[in-house]
Amino acid sequence: METKNIMIVGVGGQGSLLASKLLGRLLLTKGHDIKVSEVHGMSQRGGSVVTYVRFGDKVYSPVIDKGEADFIVSFELLEAARWTEYLKPGGKIVVNTQKINPMPVITGAAAYPQELVDKMQAAGVDVDAFDALGLAEQAGSSKAVNIVLMGHLSNYFTDFTEEEWLTALEQSVPAKFLELNRRAFSLGRNG
Amino acid sequence: MKTLMLGNEAVARGLYEAGCSFVSSYPGTPSTEITEAAAKYPEIYAEWAPNEKVATEAAFGASLSGRRSFCGMKHVGLNVAADPLFTLSYTGINGGMIIGVADDAGMHSSQNEQDSRHYAKASKIPMLEPADSAEALAFTKLAYELSERFDTPVLLKMCTRVSHSQSVVETGERPETPVKPYVKDGGKYIMMPGNAKRRHPVVEQRTADLTAWAETAEINRVEPGADKSMGIIASSTSYQYVKEVCGDKYPVLKLGMIWPMPEKKIRDFAASVDKLVVVEELDGFIEEHCRNLGLDPAGKELFSCIDELSQNQVAEKLGAVPDAGAKLEEAIPARPPVMCAGCPHRGLFYTLAKNKITVLGDIGCYTLGAVPPLAAIDSTLCMGASVSGLHGFLKGGDPEAAHKTVAVIGDSTFMHSGITGLVNIAYNESNATVIILDNSITGMTGHQQNPTTGMNLKGDPCTKIDLETLCRAVGINRVRVVDPYDLEACDKVIKEELAADEASVIIARRPCALLKYVKHNKPLVVDATKCMSCKMCMKIGCPAISMTSGKAEIDNTLCTGCGVCEQLCKFDALHAPKED
Repeated sequence: METKNIMIVGVGGQGSLLASKLLGRLLLTKGHDIKVSEVHGMSQRGGSVVTYVRFGDKVYSPVIDKGEADFIVSFELLEAARWTEYLKPGGKIVVNTQKINPMPVITGAAAYPQELVDKMQAAGVDVDAFDALGLAEQAGSSKAVNIVLMGHLSNYFTDFTEEEWLTALEQSVPAKFLELNRRAFSLGRNG
Repeated sequence: MKTLMLGNEAVARGLYEAGCSFVSSYPGTPSTEITEAAAKYPEIYAEWAPNEKVATEAAFGASLSGRRSFCGMKHVGLNVAADPLFTLSYTGINGGMIIGVADDAGMHSSQNEQDSRHYAKASKIPMLEPADSAEALAFTKLAYELSERFDTPVLLKMCTRVSHSQSVVETGERPETPVKPYVKDGGKYIMMPGNAKRRHPVVEQRTADLTAWAETAEINRVEPGADKSMGIIASSTSYQYVKEVCGDKYPVLKLGMIWPMPEKKIRDFAASVDKLVVVEELDGFIEEHCRNLGLDPAGKELFSCIDELSQNQVAEKLGAVPDAGAKLEEAIPARPPVMCAGCPHRGLFYTLAKNKITVLGDIGCYTLGAVPPLAAIDSTLCMGASVSGLHGFLKGGDPEAAHKTVAVIGDSTFMHSGITGLVNIAYNESNATVIILDNSITGMTGHQQNPTTGMNLKGDPCTKIDLETLCRAVGINRVRVVDPYDLEACDKVIKEELAADEASVIIARRPCALLKYVKHNKPLVVDATKCMSCKMCMKIGCPAISMTSGKAEIDNTLCTGCGVCEQLCKFDALHAPKED
């Protein structure tokens, strides 16, 4: 099969590493070659972060470049807009509509752009926007945004059953948070 | 068993499977997880050393005693360890020894973009360079074989994209590795001039022997390609980009050992193709070697020595670049890293900025104190340079500077190499004010223990170095401790110590807000009727505070209730939520 590319983007500290861990576990069960590239260190401190997940028969590069992403899963609205050039034709952005102001906006040096979902759609970007934070809070914790987003993304992965996703989830989160994360996954999948 | 592992975890697995029993490292992105993962194997003794020089020397000692040892560090850490490195080349080893070094092309979390491959050539120590996690595991095991066969430490060179990419590895077992006996051998291990003169020719012969090994080594392999109009030499992540773009189109010479490099193999490869191209990240290291062989490859004229490579950069020169997706017309504001909400450094930096103090900074999370609106830092060079630099800034210069200049350095960085600078301040008597930002952890690299935390790498309680006692012991009489959340106290202590006519140390002590054991207060609330939009609370650059609608707003998901902003509000508009 042709290599599939998923980018997980967001703000450092939002929990994108767990999302990529879950995807890695899931993909490994199907015997794919996989590469998952993470960001550690300074960028984790509230900066713009990106994780690359690639799978196929043979994956060489650990990163995804402009024009290559099948999916961009964004934890935050502005971050989705930042990476649109990385989508390939026919690619899709799944985005949490939560807004987190970057420091230049907080200090007044820049403005947070308005109506970004509309603007992305007007530019021809295929956007699936929803309130993942709201669903995470409904599940019991704002920190579960990552799993809500994975639940939502799972709708586009028709090769994988919900059961397979939940098994990978079980292997990725501590037992005491499993029920919370199961709720988050389910709300994301149906939200 | 097939499993997904980070490159760094795969190195640790390689250490385990090769029977390594001693690991000493200093944390540094992107190398840190090698040692963290190694510590999870009960068979491996693993520790955080105070710095990379100590770690390397400790690993040398373990090797001398007959055990397989490892030390890990980031590229700039190898500068600190360069002193033992160059002479370890002469002594060689007893038990196998690996020095792991991880470069950071693109400077994701580093202060420079140096290319560590030069160290291999300069110190005459072989260097292996894996391209993914499976190779990271295999090359680690191979490195021990080479180390013991050729009597040399081996450099294992990682980079951000190999260290921090997970890929599939097949794990194996750990065999019994007998400890070699230690035999006294002054001619080999005592590097005084007479002995070292006899060892230098041994080193040169070893490089010749390793070059001969490199000619036939499986890790330096030619991958065939039908189109011989071009042949590509690549290693590490550059190899992956080449294969991603070109597939099996052109022949590729994939180098797994980057020093010493084969000569005949490269010449034969060059002769088999019309044009030779070297694809490598950062400097033209392989290219220069080819030129020394009398070849004329294309290299840095195609691929910049600045920043990391990517497949599209390779595609631009050697293939076809895919069409980029839609770009929005809208200006997208940058999102640089920031100090976290509740960070104990914030109150201290606010106080320094408010008093217009010149601040010599250091390496750690607190470098973010340089970012507006705090913009409180004047310089950042390398580990420890704040303290030593402050001494030079003051000594023999304008005496008034001593009353408006400080050094700031974290607890871990102070133990790494700040202490020697403080000894210089005490010994050569400058009127310096050094502020130790003691957040009780090594923060930036992801919460590693250090000699001041009272815990070791394995998570066990251990000797805790007392900073106050240490500073007094080196001859600093004025040592003060302050809570950086308490702005009034910070202001008072800083003013008093800057006014003093002798050296002083201020320890700003409060644990990192991200530590699991740190309890947060409830998020503050804004009384909009009292908020006068004066923006005082915005001056501390807290990501939890914004004012997009004209009044202060608190982000409940971020605010830790630290109360620093509350102290700045003159209208009592920010306060803890009332108890129900």
